[in-house]
Amino acid sequence: MYRYDHYDQSIVDARVDEFRDQVTRRLSGQLTEDQFKPIRLMNGLYLQLHAYMLRVAIPYGTLDSRQMRMLGSIARDHDRGYGHFTTRQNLQFNWIKLEETPDILAKLATVEMHAIQTSGNCIRNISSDQFAGAAADEVADPRPWAELIRQWSTFHPEFSYLPRKFKIAVIAADEDRAAMRLHDIGIQLVERDGLLGARIYVGGGMGRTPMIAPLIRDFVAADDLMSYLEAALRVYNRYGRRDNIYKARIKILVHEIGADAYRAQVEEEFAAVKQLGLDPPAAELARITAMFAAPPFDPAAPAEIDRTDPDFALWLDQNVRAHKAPGYSIVTISLKPVGGIPGDATADQIDLVADLAERHSFDELRVTHAQNLVLPHVRTSDLHAIWQQLADAGLAEPNLDLATDIIACPGLDYCSLANARSIPLAQKLSERLAPVQHNLGELKMKISGCINACGHHHAGHIGILGVDKKGTENYQLSFGGSGAEDVSLAKITGPGFDEDGVVDAVERATDTYRTLREPGERFLDTYRRVGMQPFKEAIYG
Amino acid sequence: MKLLTGNDLATGDVTWWTGSGWSRHVEDAADVGADGEAIARAEEGARRVNVPYVIDAAATPDGPRPAHIKDRIRALGPTVRPDLTLKPADPQAGSWVI
Repeated sequence: MYRYDHYDQSIVDARVDEFRDQVTRRLSGQLTEDQFKPIRLMNGLYLQLHAYMLRVAIPYGTLDSRQMRMLGSIARDHDRGYGHFTTRQNLQFNWIKLEETPDILAKLATVEMHAIQTSGNCIRNISSDQFAGAAADEVADPRPWAELIRQWSTFHPEFSYLPRKFKIAVIAADEDRAAMRLHDIGIQLVERDGLLGARIYVGGGMGRTPMIAPLIRDFVAADDLMSYLEAALRVYNRYGRRDNIYKARIKILVHEIGADAYRAQVEEEFAAVKQLGLDPPAAELARITAMFAAPPFDPAAPAEIDRTDPDFALWLDQNVRAHKAPGYSIVTISLKPVGGIPGDATADQIDLVADLAERHSFDELRVTHAQNLVLPHVRTSDLHAIWQQLADAGLAEPNLDLATDIIACPGLDYCSLANARSIPLAQKLSERLAPVQHNLGELKMKISGCINACGHHHAGHIGILGVDKKGTENYQLSFGGSGAEDVSLAKITGPGFDEDGVVDAVERATDTYRTLREPGERFLDTYRRVGMQPFKEAIYG
Repeated sequence: MKLLTGNDLATGDVTWWTGSGWSRHVEDAADVGADGEAIARAEEGARRVNVPYVIDAAATPDGPRPAHIKDRIRALGPTVRPDLTLKPADPQAGSWVI
């Protein structure tokens, strides 16, 4: 894992001191809310329905036990005993007091954490593959590059006031576990003729105008990556629509001028930028990369496993994935108990996962964009003991990628932007589909409480968007989305439903799928093969 | 009726204008009529509330009921965590929101 050097720590400490002074001035009346709001947002502090909300950055979803315990401690001492893991691999505290925020940020700084780049029109926290460094299918560990981009983007003077927020994902495998092409810039590390480089996609995103990022460059040598990104951002910064917030994202720019025109502009800029020497010296890249070296795996770690306990075997099959090192496994800890709140974890659960990471996963854990946690490097022979402890804590739901592994934004229960509640709907769907979920197979359900699409409904095999219909909650149903390597955008089925109606409609759709599916098909596959009509008939009669 | 609501500056708690001060309980809220904006300006200037705004509400035997679900959720707390609402001991409290 990356460890702060003197510069990183100084930057974060200085920001805490600065914000402490700003909070003092706000509380004393020297700053108005209009003056203070952009400042607090730049420090991850929002004002939501019930309280201030602090969004803590978890760079590329990677953290260690010390950091995890600090999150648990803050949940216990400054919040109401829990935190909410988000679809951007971050964590949100929902019940924060402004007057305590400087102390919270100071505590985070002691474990090399902060809330910078979690709001505002800047380059946001970089996201990545939660299996980075553990998956067998990656050409390189994407995290050194994500870290490099983090350092490049933090307080970048040219990109701190972009036309709109900007999200970057870095992956290094053909299997896309990070919804890479639904980011403003999606980077896939690839190898060509023995040379590491990147495939660059620009202009994806969800929100009110969902778009899949087109390929802008098939190969950028790794040595040129930062210069290319600088060029890509510069073109956006110059031409992005600052006059209209709804057209300000880079996806609109790329769509309106066309990928070819955007590409030409970037290439011209890249030629100029490349002369500036922005790419890191080899020694600096080596310094960062060394901190992501593989842990000292035991080559003699046994791979055999006792599957006689059927509940354990079910969890193994659903939540455990193969590791690149023999005798090791990747464990996904579901934060989706049946009928529970997606992404929420109590302080005690956070502490337990920290303990497990320290004892069994080389002190590493990950947050996924699907609001789950990962122990990336677990000895296969330890799995049963880990499963037992998770089960005792309510964290062993065997439902990864199944119908109850639902992504849901906080919705109208917490969020000031939301038009409808997401969580109660997720709970009802989870309870309704739990009895059949293993029969249904992979089914990614995603729920957003407003058009901003934090719940990724556009990328759901089944997506649901909550809207306000004359003061009452209404839900639009859509099918056929995917955030994976088979990326696609979901299509609306037709008129919306109330909460109970949409639960019934989803059940009818899954029943239809079970009738129509061919061997090996997921819901998404069947939908793509037969189209919307049979599902519409089942839903609307 | 019209209610004036906002959040406490220091704590972020949801608060309601009572006619003479602020309360966390919507039952205490007073009808501000046409005076809401003026009260909001004065109270925000005095830092007794943050981001105040006026909402529509209905007068009921149990007290004011905000017209929009968003403000009813603000008044009670998250419907998915009854234990964190202002009425954790009342199992029927959530039905007031819907």
